[in-house]
Amino acid sequence: MRALLLALTLLCTGAAAADALHDFGGRPGLKAVMQDFFTRLQADARIGRYFKKLDREHFVDALTDQACEQLGGPCRYEGPPMELLHQDLDISRADFNALVEVLQDAMTAQGVPFSAQNQLLARFAPMHKVIVAPR
Amino acid sequence: MRSMLCWALLLATAAHAEGGKLLLTGGVSSIDGAAGGGLTPWAVTASYATEGEVGGTAFLTAASTQDYRLSDAGVALGWHDRLEVSLARQDFDLGANLAPLGLAGLHLRQDIVGVKLRLAGDAVLDADSAWPQIALGLQHKRSHAGGLGPTLFGPLGARASGTDLYVSATKLLLAPGVLLNATLRATRANQNGLLGFGSAQDRRYHWMPEVSIAKLLRRDLAVGLEVRAKPNNLEHSVLGEGALREDAWWDAFVAWAPNKHVSITAAWVDLGRIAPALQPRRQSGAYLSVQGAL
Repeated sequence: MRALLLALTLLCTGAAAADALHDFGGRPGLKAVMQDFFTRLQADARIGRYFKKLDREHFVDALTDQACEQLGGPCRYEGPPMELLHQDLDISRADFNALVEVLQDAMTAQGVPFSAQNQLLARFAPMHKVIVAPR
Repeated sequence: MRSMLCWALLLATAAHAEGGKLLLTGGVSSIDGAAGGGLTPWAVTASYATEGEVGGTAFLTAASTQDYRLSDAGVALGWHDRLEVSLARQDFDLGANLAPLGLAGLHLRQDIVGVKLRLAGDAVLDADSAWPQIALGLQHKRSHAGGLGPTLFGPLGARASGTDLYVSATKLLLAPGVLLNATLRATRANQNGLLGFGSAQDRRYHWMPEVSIAKLLRRDLAVGLEVRAKPNNLEHSVLGEGALREDAWWDAFVAWAPNKHVSITAAWVDLGRIAPALQPRRQSGAYLSVQGAL
């Protein structure tokens, strides 16, 4: 019985993710969001400094692949692990939350429905554990 | 009231311009001054201050039911999303309801000092775990019952001050945008403390459950429900069986935060019966609260 419930729950979350991927407009839609996201990040007064020297294409492709994979799409992120990419940057909790807000801004600007936004955020949010520097 | 303004100025000089928490995740100001829902404290800490930051909030609340009016004001300070201290002053206008006791126009007042410590967990970002954010809180309350004091603190056996202890568990389920809170409060407050603490018949502390559920409709807009159980110590008082019975409180609310400096909460509250021997009607009505944050 418990196995059945677990399977149903996984199906549910899987179904929700598939809906979200569709609401984003698949990989092309995700890429458009990430392009907007990168522009906003570089311009952000709080955390822009982390992104000024990054290569746009690399960043956008990496994030698009990550998001697509997280939402159950036919993609695979093959870059370095998050922990490695963010170590020694002394990223604060406030920095991380600021990035979440900028991502929300980009998704809203691209017309992604709130429910789909939350599906993606739910998958990215736990990364704070390896991205935010321990204090 | 002047000391509250001084607190507010202190906060203004000490705090950041805009804190690091996501919108609405500092909660609103509960009637006891702690951050949370309108009626009940949550495990979130006051203001938008996150780790390494300090922030403050100030609130004004008014509620009006058929026969009573509540006004409420307070401030809170949030330190590093770990510690919260709060002050609140409640003023409950009994209108003409106590005229039979010769106390028409009486106001019951209460001062509350609160402290809250976040013990563990993250209500917002730990979307891969079922663990909630957990906090422990204390609220020391002092009631000023005016002309009702001699009766309340005499034959009815209530005390003029008391301390509530509570533990809250709060979790935002990020994917569906649903927030859940469960608070367990050890208390002997009568009508939240407005009618003192304990009674001649019942001086024990009771564990009271308080539950909130909210849905984020947008980043800046949430709707929800809260229910708060009450200990009902004055049920068997010398004024007669059930004369001072009290009921659970509940409310349905809408909270809107256009930015990180202000939020507005409107609600329909049901405060059940208040001193039903004198005023038998169930009390329900509108609630409005404005919170400013630095």
